[in-house]
Amino acid sequence: MIRLEKRPQPSRAWSLATPLVAVLATMLFGGLLFAVLGKPPVEAIKTIFWEPLFGEFSFYYRPQLLVKSAPLVLIAIGLSLGFKAGIWNIGAEGQYIVGAIVGAAVGLAFYPYEAWYIFPLMVIGGALGGWAWAMIPAVLKVRFGTNEILVSLMLVYVAEQLLASASLRFLKNPEGFGFPGSRNLQSYESAFNADLIEGSGMHWGVVAALIAVIFAYILLNRHMLGFHIRLTGEAPRAAKFAGVNPSRLILLCLGMSGALAGLAGLFEVSGPAGQISIDFNVGYGFTAIIVAFLGRLHPVGILLAGGLMALTYIGGDIAQSNLGLPSAAIQVFQGMLLFFLLALDLLTNYRVTLRTSEVA
Amino acid sequence: MDLSAINPVLLIASLMVAATPILLAAIGELVVEKSGVLNLGVEGMMIIGAVSGFAIAVETGSPWLGFFASAAAGAVFSLLFVLLTQVAQANQVASGLALTLTGLGLSALLGQSYVGIKPPQMGKLDIPLLSDLPVVGPILFGHDPILYIGIALTAGVWAMLKYSRAGLVLRAVGENHDAAHALGYKVIRIRILAIMFGGACAGLGGAYISLIRVPQWTEGMTAGVGWIALALVVFASWKPWRALLGAYLFGGVTVVQLNLQAAGVAIPVEYLAMSPYVITIVVLVILSADKSSAPAALGRNFHASR
Repeated sequence: MIRLEKRPQPSRAWSLATPLVAVLATMLFGGLLFAVLGKPPVEAIKTIFWEPLFGEFSFYYRPQLLVKSAPLVLIAIGLSLGFKAGIWNIGAEGQYIVGAIVGAAVGLAFYPYEAWYIFPLMVIGGALGGWAWAMIPAVLKVRFGTNEILVSLMLVYVAEQLLASASLRFLKNPEGFGFPGSRNLQSYESAFNADLIEGSGMHWGVVAALIAVIFAYILLNRHMLGFHIRLTGEAPRAAKFAGVNPSRLILLCLGMSGALAGLAGLFEVSGPAGQISIDFNVGYGFTAIIVAFLGRLHPVGILLAGGLMALTYIGGDIAQSNLGLPSAAIQVFQGMLLFFLLALDLLTNYRVTLRTSEVA
Repeated sequence: MDLSAINPVLLIASLMVAATPILLAAIGELVVEKSGVLNLGVEGMMIIGAVSGFAIAVETGSPWLGFFASAAAGAVFSLLFVLLTQVAQANQVASGLALTLTGLGLSALLGQSYVGIKPPQMGKLDIPLLSDLPVVGPILFGHDPILYIGIALTAGVWAMLKYSRAGLVLRAVGENHDAAHALGYKVIRIRILAIMFGGACAGLGGAYISLIRVPQWTEGMTAGVGWIALALVVFASWKPWRALLGAYLFGGVTVVQLNLQAAGVAIPVEYLAMSPYVITIVVLVILSADKSSAPAALGRNFHASR
């Protein structure tokens, strides 16, 4: 008979090993899924994980890896701070959209005037937009005790409508021949978030993501606020006695994650995407939730997990064009990953013992 | 703009149709939460129900079989949540999110070949005389059978929770799982059954969208209805009849904004389309002051140490 015994302390070894085991399990079951879909499983897995890094066209895909992982890491770092403290912001997708709209609006307000300060102003606008959108669930939670999970999620749908409105109405390109979508920021030099080194995929969003990782690491390990965040998540009662102000923590955590998600949106709209359009958002805000958990809510882990997730996005695209793998299969693949991770966490917190006979 | 084109009788009748998927999912989640489990995967289970109900209805030509399949699929899919939270003791919030993300992807995969197909129609109730009555006829006697099942389910859950021993045990497990365990009730087993019931209800609600409300299959077609159902359970303070009231309220908002869109009101379509979500938030704020009726063990995992 299998018995679970709670460990006095979570196992450190398993805590590090579970993400790896989860990735392996996902590869295995993902391969099975692809086989069921009638695609060669080994080739599909190899296309997803190998092709973008070392394949024939890797010179093209490697920069893409940076472009795709930057928003994921930025958003996931913000989310992880809240998740650690038991504050569940699952509306990052909405904050991402609003950040992009506000940031793009700031840039477009200056069009066609060129100046060095336009892009920094857009960055501030993007962060403020995301921050403000996240402040709605934060303030409602602090003031009225409203559930932040539901409010932040509802605001995603509101933000999507706002995005539609922006691309059809208030940010629509006046010279766009009636097509929906804003002016293309890529052709507006002062607002264009170009590659810092030509063709490397290294734009300001990547730099911001790296800074966020370092910032979060220092915050969590060297700063009182980081200690309070961890304490609140691990021992809420102890946190209360230690004088942690829960309202302040909620405002800070949601605010920071909102601002980071808004930044991610701004860097995306001013760089890789180029313009505000109806289908601007592609679900980074939701995938970042997986990234945060896969990275064990640890900044360095999130950096690695973001890279891996970006790999599945790009590899998935390649598999789609080479093998005809449906794009939804990659979505299932990513969901599976979170699934195995949560399931295998059992081994971190519990000791599984096999016992043949029952003891009294 | 022509508001006179809006017929109040038809408005109420279509409000009931719009409310039914929310009601079905909310009643299921209500039972789950009464047992002390918070399953945020409602949206995922709904969309799985929507796609499997649609596929089976198209393949067999029978909407009834479709609805059975959707309930079964919802229940089976909720077993993944059972596996994570009841067996592997994983965090319920994260597990619910995993269920939703996986469900959205899986449904898109399963539904690929069903895009643009019309499902078989389910007949409407047609009682001679009664259904032909003016006003009362279309509102009370002119709907599809599933709508009445939704109302019956509400009554059933209400009676079960209030009057039956099973309801009492379920509530005991949700209020204090340690005490319930000490009394010899199988906490985990009861919770698993509750979660599966919630999955079946969510599946039915999803199929109602794809087979009756819309009726067709498109990716991500539940569009947050599962999350509104979750909000509705809070709104209803975990009371079935209030869930019905709330569902009709939300259904009303949805239908009215669609009617206003059709009537060409001078408000941009996007702002009308966001109104159900905004109103959900407003209602949540108004009602969140009263948390007293929430099950005490909500969201906490149970592990029998011995």
